[in-house]
Order: sequence, then C-alpha cells, then structure tokens
Amino acid sequence: MAGADVRKERLDRGIKVRTSGIYAISGGKEIGYLILPRLVLIAGLLLLPLVVTNPYWQRVISIVGIYALLALSFDFLTHYVGLVSLGGAFFVGVGGYLAALLNTKLGLSPLFSIPLATVGGGLFCTLAILPCLPLRGVYFSIVTLMYPLLAMRVIEALNIFGGTEGIMGVASFPNRWVEQYSLIVVLLLALFGLRRLVNTDLGLVFRAVKDNDQAVKASGINITHYKTLAVFISASLACLGGAYLVHIYMWAGISTLALDFSIIPIAATVIGGGGTLVGPVLGALILVPISELLRAFGTLRIVFYALILMAFIVFRSEGIMVYAQRKYHQFEKWVQV
Amino acid sequence: MEILVYGIVNSVTLALMALGFTLVYGISGLPNFAHGALYVITGFIVWSLLNTLKVPYLAAVILALLVTGLIGAAIYYFILIRIRGMATSEIIASYAIGLAILEGLRWGGFKGMTYTLPAFIPGSLNLGGVEIDYQRIVVVLLGAAVMGGLWLFTHYNRIGLALRGMAQDERAAMMLGIDSDRMAILSMFLGSVLAGLAAVALLPLGNIVVEAGYNVLIMAIAVCIVGGLGSWVGAVLAAFVIGFAQILTVVYLEPHFQMVVAILAIIVTLILKPSGLFGRQKELEERV
Repeated sequence: MAGADVRKERLDRGIKVRTSGIYAISGGKEIGYLILPRLVLIAGLLLLPLVVTNPYWQRVISIVGIYALLALSFDFLTHYVGLVSLGGAFFVGVGGYLAALLNTKLGLSPLFSIPLATVGGGLFCTLAILPCLPLRGVYFSIVTLMYPLLAMRVIEALNIFGGTEGIMGVASFPNRWVEQYSLIVVLLLALFGLRRLVNTDLGLVFRAVKDNDQAVKASGINITHYKTLAVFISASLACLGGAYLVHIYMWAGISTLALDFSIIPIAATVIGGGGTLVGPVLGALILVPISELLRAFGTLRIVFYALILMAFIVFRSEGIMVYAQRKYHQFEKWVQV
Repeated sequence: MEILVYGIVNSVTLALMALGFTLVYGISGLPNFAHGALYVITGFIVWSLLNTLKVPYLAAVILALLVTGLIGAAIYYFILIRIRGMATSEIIASYAIGLAILEGLRWGGFKGMTYTLPAFIPGSLNLGGVEIDYQRIVVVLLGAAVMGGLWLFTHYNRIGLALRGMAQDERAAMMLGIDSDRMAILSMFLGSVLAGLAAVALLPLGNIVVEAGYNVLIMAIAVCIVGGLGSWVGAVLAAFVIGFAQILTVVYLEPHFQMVVAILAIIVTLILKPSGLFGRQKELEERV
C-alpha cells in the first residue's frame, strides 16, 4: 500500500479528544476508556504474587519490582530533566550499603532502615553528584558512568564495609507477602506520584531545563536548584531499590555497584518507551524474566540483552509504550498526497 | 631512575590504548565505547591464528589488524551510522556492542589465564640499573612510531588531510567534496586498527583476558578526557600525566590505587575543566 504518492495520516480518536481535555464524564464508555489501561496495570501487578506459585519465580517478581524502580528513576531523570546518568549502579550501591549498615550496625528493622536509606542515600548521592551538575550532555553521562567504578575500586582498595566480602547477615522480610506487596505498592505510588509531579508547575520547569536551559536561566530561575531536586528524587528512588535488594538477598557487597544495575534499567527504558514513565515498568516486566530464563546460558544473556538494547536504540527508538499509546489514542489511514 | 623508565613505559602504553579512541572521536565525534572490545578481540584473533591455524606470527598480526579494522568499519556502517549525532544513543549503542563482543568471547570459552601471546623479542636489558625486558622497549618504540606516523599521515597525505578537515569543520569539508560518511568509516577502521595495534604490542606482557577490555576502555576514556576529547596532542600529553601519576601511586602508595587514580582523574577533570587540559574551549556546549 505504501506507494510513492501516499502517506500515513494519524488522527486522534474522538473519545480521546473528549476525555483528555475537559474530563467530561458523560458515560461509562468514556470512564472506561480512561480507567481501563490504569486498572489493567494496577490489577496486574497486584495479582502477580497470587498467581505465581513457584518460589524461584516469586523471587523474580521482587527483582522485577526493583529494576522497575531503577528504570523509573532513570526515565524521570533522562526524559524529564535531560540529565542522562549512566551510573545508576552508584545509587543502588549507596542505598544498599546504607540499609545494610543501618540494619547490622544499629540493629534497625527493615521498616526503618529502608526509608532511612532512601532519604539518606538520596541526600548522599545528590551531594556526590552536585559538582557535576553544570556539565551537559555526554560529559555528564561519562562522569556518572565513572562514579560506581570509583566507589567499587575505593571499597576494594581501602577494604572498608567488608571489602570484597561484603556485609553479611542483613535481616530479611518477615514473609514473602510483605516483601512483594510492599514493593509493588511502593512502585505504584512512585509511578503515579511521578506522573502527577511531571504535570505540575515543577514538572514544567524540569522539562524546560531539558529543552532549553539557557532560556530557563534567562527567566531568572536557578536551574542548579531544580536539577539538584530532580537528582534527589531520582537518586532516592534508586536507593530505595538498592535497600530492598540488600534486604531481599540479606547481603550487601560490591556487586550492588555492578554494571547490571546501570545497564538493565536503561535497556528497560529504551524497550518500554522513554518519557512515558509506564514504559520503563513494562520494560522491566518483560526484560527481567527473559534475562532469568536465559540464566542457564551464563554470560550469553548479557550478550542477548546488549543486542536487544542495541536493536531497539537503532531501529525502534520509540519503544513499546509509545507505540501502544499511539495505537490506543489514534487511528491511521493512508491518504493520497 | 626506576620511576622515570617505568613512567615512560606506562605513559606510552596509555597513549597507545587511547590513540584509537581519540582518533575516532576527533574525526567523527563518535564516542566509540566498543574500543575495549576491539582491543581484546584482536588479541584473540592473533591467538587463534597462531595456535589453531599455525600462521607465522607477523602474518597473523597483520591479518588480525585487518580483520579488526573491518569489524570496526562494519560496526559503523551497519549500526552506528543510523544514530549519528545523537550522542547518548551512540554511547549506549556502542557500549552495548562492546558488551556483546566481550561477554560473547567469555561465553565462547575465552577465560582464565591460559591465553598468552609470545613476546616479539624475548629477554631483557639493563638500563642504568633498571631491569627492563625487550618487549617494553618495543612498546615504547612502537608507540613513538605510531604517533609520528599519525602526524605525518594527517599532515602530508590527501586522505589524512581530508580526515583532519572533517575534524575541524565537517560542513566546510563536505562543501569541498569530502564524503562525511566515508571519512567516518575510514576513521573507525583506523581507530580499530590502532586499538588492535595496542593489543598486539601490549598483550605479550600479560594474559589475554576479557576484563582487559573494560580496563582499556576506562584508561582510554581517562586519557582522552584529561587531554581534551578529540585533541590528539592533548591525549599524548595526558597519557604522560596519568602514566607518571599511576607509577608514583604504585611506588609511594599501593598498587590497588592505580585504577582509582585514573577514575579520579576523569571525574576531577570533567568537573573543573570539561574540555580537558589541552582541549579546545567550547564552554557553552559543555556546561551551563
């Protein structure tokens, strides 16, 4: 059909126009159109621990939740503030080590150590990243890529925090229901909270910083202030993921700073669709189980997801979620030019 | 004296590792994060040619360099050309390619300490009270030759001049009839050959291991950033700065801190002077 003199035209569906602008709830159909996608996601995530019975795959649910949090944090910082951080593992490591220290040294239960690690880790990471905030583009990416590597080498060289052995004997959760449901609820809160946030005035400034920081500066707004806030939000989310990780595995070590925690969230974001916030969660939901299935192949799974990541970046850079949203909201037809 | 000799050796080593990376970035503005993977793959190609096909050493080296160059050109031609100019995508995609190559090699059974290349000339020499083996001298000579050769190539050769034109002003170069994509492919080819050359010269000093790929990448980035991305003279000077800094830490502190020095150099340079010690000033592009 795609000949030389036809092109594809996209039009918003009538129901999309009616429901997005004026929130006119004029019938069950409109309400359903708005609520259905959200309900599918919430119900799906909440049902997941009930449906999965195999203990191994139950653990995978928790891992999916953690990677979804990391991907969410990456997506927010990249697509809404324009800071591409390639060092997500640094946040995870800080959150993880902090939770482990609070738990083993001070004897705090996960109920207190996880929130404290989230806020404290967020503050620590923000302070660490603060000097790099004026950097733009590639320079910021490279400098953040180096942070987890530096932290890893420093821990090795100084032999602090248990050195290469790590910190053992971190308390776990009372049972798997608490572990999984608290994580899923936190994930949903983070997801919908961020969606709210990016549509407020604050979110507007964030996006303006991404699009044209000079213009924001010229309007008399201190962009470093806003970037700091955004890094704090993003780092806190990732630290939360790290704290959960440490409590689930009952161990904190230098592998919490490993490249996996930088690469998989990026891959999940790219596959799910950057800039949608739901996309990264979806990407983690797809990518992590695949990666678990391939565990038998050893390091081949890294090859596999590196290739997926590359293929998506090069050939389908919009991601699944953007594609799905387009199909949901619009119809397409071929028109003569 | 020991510090001086080993400092020079280490500096030239770093310069060799970094030249390919800085060449590609300087000409086509492409941060080639698959650089470390190309380094390691050359080592394995040479090893395979030597041990399974019994090719003579010199022929194996030349063949391996050609193959690596072609791999680099193919990576650009089939993949990276589509995302040219989107810096973040370029980093992620080329890093993914490098990751795939390295972990693929590890999966393919290349791990452990069993893969070594023979030295070009075995034996060692006493240089003013310092024992130094011939291979390290070969490295220094080769490094000097590569730097000199690169300088001559880019100053007295039509293609070299075209490459330099691309590096200075891509649009003006295109107006003069220089094909931007062909030059970028060529720069990837040359950069990969340089990565391979570094591998061939340096790998006889140790084992061929996959981890070397990651370390080479970090060192190359460190040198390029301290020297200023895309600046060749800067890269060579920065190699000497970092090279001597590393040897001094090994002598006066601990060998553990060698890598910490390199990574700290990257972070401190980026924070204080993102265009590097000797880079061109591009204040507005790199910071707010």
